[in-house]
Amino acid sequence: MAVSEEQLQEILNRYPDKVKKGRKKHILIKDSSQAKQVIEANTRTIPGIITNRGCAYAGCKGVVVGPLKDMVHITHGPVGCGYYSWGTRRNKAKSDDPTKNFINYCVTTDMQESDIVFGGEKKLAKVIDEVVEIFKPNAITVNATCPVGLIGDDIGAVAKAAQERHGIPVLAFSCEGYKGVSQSAGHHIANNILMDRIIGDTDVEEAPGPYAINMLGEYNIGGDAWEIERTLKEIGYTVVSTMTGDGSYEHLRNAHTASLNLVQCHRSINYIAEMLEKKYGTPWLKVNFIGIEATINSLREMALYFGDEALIQKTEEVIAREVARIQPIIDQYRKVCEGKTAFCFVGGSRGHHYQGMYRELGIETVLAGYEFAHRDDYEGRQVIPEIKPDADSKNIPELHVTADEKRFCLKISPEKMEELKQKISLSYYAGMNCEMKDGYVIVDDLNHYETEEFIKILKPDIFSSGIKDKYVVQKMGIPSKQLHSYDYSGPYAGFNGAVNFARDIAMSFASPTWNFIVPPWKNEPLLEGKMAEGEEKAC
Amino acid sequence: MLDATPKEIKVRSSGGLINPAKTCQPIGAMYAALGIHKCLPHSHGSQGCCSYHRMHLTRHFRDPIMASTSSFTEGSSVFGGAANLKTAIKNVFTIYNPDIIAVHTTCLTETIGDDLPTIIKSAEIPEGKLVIHANTPSYQGSHITGFSNMVKGAISYLAESTMPVKKDQVNIIPGFVNPGDMREIKRIAKIMGAKFILFPDTTGVVDSPMTGKFEMYPKGGTTIAEIKDTGNSKLTLALGRFASSDGAELLEKKCKVPALALKTPIGVKATDEFVMALRRFAVREVPYELEEERGQLVDIMTDTHFHFHGKKVALFGDPDILTGLTEFVLSLGMVPVHILTGTPGGAIGSGMGSFEEDIQEMLTNAGVTANVKGNGDLFTLHQWIKNDPVDLLIGTTYGKYIARAEDIPFVRVGFPVLDRSVHSYFPIVGYRGAMRLIEMISNALLDRQDRDAADEDFELVM
Repeated sequence: MAVSEEQLQEILNRYPDKVKKGRKKHILIKDSSQAKQVIEANTRTIPGIITNRGCAYAGCKGVVVGPLKDMVHITHGPVGCGYYSWGTRRNKAKSDDPTKNFINYCVTTDMQESDIVFGGEKKLAKVIDEVVEIFKPNAITVNATCPVGLIGDDIGAVAKAAQERHGIPVLAFSCEGYKGVSQSAGHHIANNILMDRIIGDTDVEEAPGPYAINMLGEYNIGGDAWEIERTLKEIGYTVVSTMTGDGSYEHLRNAHTASLNLVQCHRSINYIAEMLEKKYGTPWLKVNFIGIEATINSLREMALYFGDEALIQKTEEVIAREVARIQPIIDQYRKVCEGKTAFCFVGGSRGHHYQGMYRELGIETVLAGYEFAHRDDYEGRQVIPEIKPDADSKNIPELHVTADEKRFCLKISPEKMEELKQKISLSYYAGMNCEMKDGYVIVDDLNHYETEEFIKILKPDIFSSGIKDKYVVQKMGIPSKQLHSYDYSGPYAGFNGAVNFARDIAMSFASPTWNFIVPPWKNEPLLEGKMAEGEEKAC
Repeated sequence: MLDATPKEIKVRSSGGLINPAKTCQPIGAMYAALGIHKCLPHSHGSQGCCSYHRMHLTRHFRDPIMASTSSFTEGSSVFGGAANLKTAIKNVFTIYNPDIIAVHTTCLTETIGDDLPTIIKSAEIPEGKLVIHANTPSYQGSHITGFSNMVKGAISYLAESTMPVKKDQVNIIPGFVNPGDMREIKRIAKIMGAKFILFPDTTGVVDSPMTGKFEMYPKGGTTIAEIKDTGNSKLTLALGRFASSDGAELLEKKCKVPALALKTPIGVKATDEFVMALRRFAVREVPYELEEERGQLVDIMTDTHFHFHGKKVALFGDPDILTGLTEFVLSLGMVPVHILTGTPGGAIGSGMGSFEEDIQEMLTNAGVTANVKGNGDLFTLHQWIKNDPVDLLIGTTYGKYIARAEDIPFVRVGFPVLDRSVHSYFPIVGYRGAMRLIEMISNALLDRQDRDAADEDFELVM
């Protein structure tokens, strides 16, 4: 099943001319006969279009910074932003010392009209003081919301003064919601400051164990990071830090000691990966722990990187054992799923990652896309030099790092690096598009109207996205799976995650509830029983 | 769970909140706008606001919540949002074809001072279509005042007095309650034989049926014609002073429809008052059907009073809900010892009395002393409970952390309830709603008694 150019044109024709022109560039029908298919991404959402996108604050505090558990995150602004980002992203976290786990707290300056008029700096300073007194956290973050930037509160200065007053790091993030065009701006702002202020802010020079890695862009939704860690630890890896699910200031500081950085969500964190390579000489590997095949590939590529025979052997042992354990279970679920089709439209990397897992269940992804990706997430990192900065991206400060004089060391030789690059995704991401089949649709920032139209044409059996469109699609009688929150299930990463996902997807199809949508009287004529004698049955 | 919360209470003078018990105005405005038939709510600000509000409302109702946004970027914040709003209005009418767009502002657009009436006047609005607005800066009030402001916005744009003599109909503003509550309010009004306009009315919109077909604008909602006609009514009943009074007062000012403020009809006493108001209006005796329901409720209350009597309870949530709940738990013989709302005192500019005074008066009459706070946060509530433990906690889903930390039975009431389903379909208002509340409260208390009982004390009949 595919979409023709004519059908696509018909969808676009409903739009006013200007909108039509804009949206056209965000939609591709995959055609491998073309040398290159360019998609527009990371540009402004057209006002009035019902989008799933959020804002820079959501990307900074909501996604990247918020999961760090031993820090208190202060939202500087009116009450709403802090409130909505409180516990809603399922970043699970546990601590040996529960008095140092602030994941269930939400602190906001609750700006009032007088703060807007006279400035909120004094109030923010007072809130920081209270937080230090009550919670004694290891560090504090201050996250700005829309009005803060407009009224010109200097949160950097307030944070700096507070840091001097209290002797703990107080980091200010100017992640006002209007910055950039989506959450992505917020990821970038968050990454810059974590890199600049936390990573390496310690005397520790040695990793706490062998085969030391950082897990980047892994947010521990539903416990994903824990399931990945289970396997990694068994093979013999040392996880220095996770960014940022179940992450902590204490561990993040030591991230420079790792020998390899794994990048799970490319969009949200590739900045840190690149900067770590520049500053410390640590390469990054694009991994994907969603689905059995992807997990196996990632584990094998990691083992190849370290190149240690014992590690390679242990990796194969673990893979063999895990696959033998879970494949039969997955095969059972596959029977229910085989031959079906899916839409996969999710935030940063999931729109790509879940396609493999779907395929393992016999489900083809006929439409995919990202909410806030950039062109490189679709087309691969080689397009980065082609991407011209626009006014919105220019507003996000760039952090320029250079090699750390003392700590920079190439973790592998340049020759080895080149050799490995031929074999594995070292410091490279090929993007989503190359995995999609011809005729399938790629849509950037898929909006409500297009969702409805593409569903009419492609009639997918399952739709995977977030909460805002979930019930829209379910009302159409199509099961919908949240891939932001996993519908409060999970983990979905790693080997056990694959089983959970297969179970949950099969359940979506197998549930008898779908059979009740049409009431019996809709299919049976009312007149049947009222026919006069001798007449034929009503049609 | 919440292990970092100390028992010792220190005065916090910053004005910041730890674990808020309120959220911002725009979400309330969005919810009220959904109660207008064929209306698309529009959030004028950054797209994050719209996204967060849709997310939160969707999680509470488990139904589609459609709304559009002006999608501000830095440029629009500097140069003003007029261009964004005009583009949005054009696009929304072309692509989504609502009858009416209800725009609400955000802290961003309020801070830069976008002049909504002027922008709307200069926008391209197709023949027969409408755009209304409400100012809902997030740095004032709460989601409850936001709801109230959108009700006011709709009345200010739409309501008109077109008849020399008022019609024999009553306006009912239900407040920020679930569609299940609105259905119950309508059912009672029908039984009482009153001709009424419920506004806003989210029934059929956020509890729409599964049909196998998505409807952008489901059957429900108050129609524009009905909202216009509210100006011709003889009376407005504002249920819940914080969410509904301002709208009713505006209607009185604009169209000379007298306003009567009542409590949200939670519990026997507040429902009695609602029924009595309808009785006076419809000049009709209360039908036996309703009297029977009331009798059943009181029967249940007396049959089960020993489960509740003297039990200490902590309550938090929205002020209108809390006023009814406090009165109800007092009528069950329970002792409310901590009562907290996040919404600040009186609604902005309404000149209404404060939440704390309202509650204190009820408590004084019942001879109960308690901690009562408006504009509070859940950190405060938790500390109160640590110092003076309770047998039961009633509030929104956010209370589950306190309930777990302190091992307290917990009943979910109010907005939002994010971790349970079906709640939005069933009322807590009216006599039937009170029965349901009793069932929820007693189940929570008795489940706990069972859980804590030694084998030899574990009883079949309770």
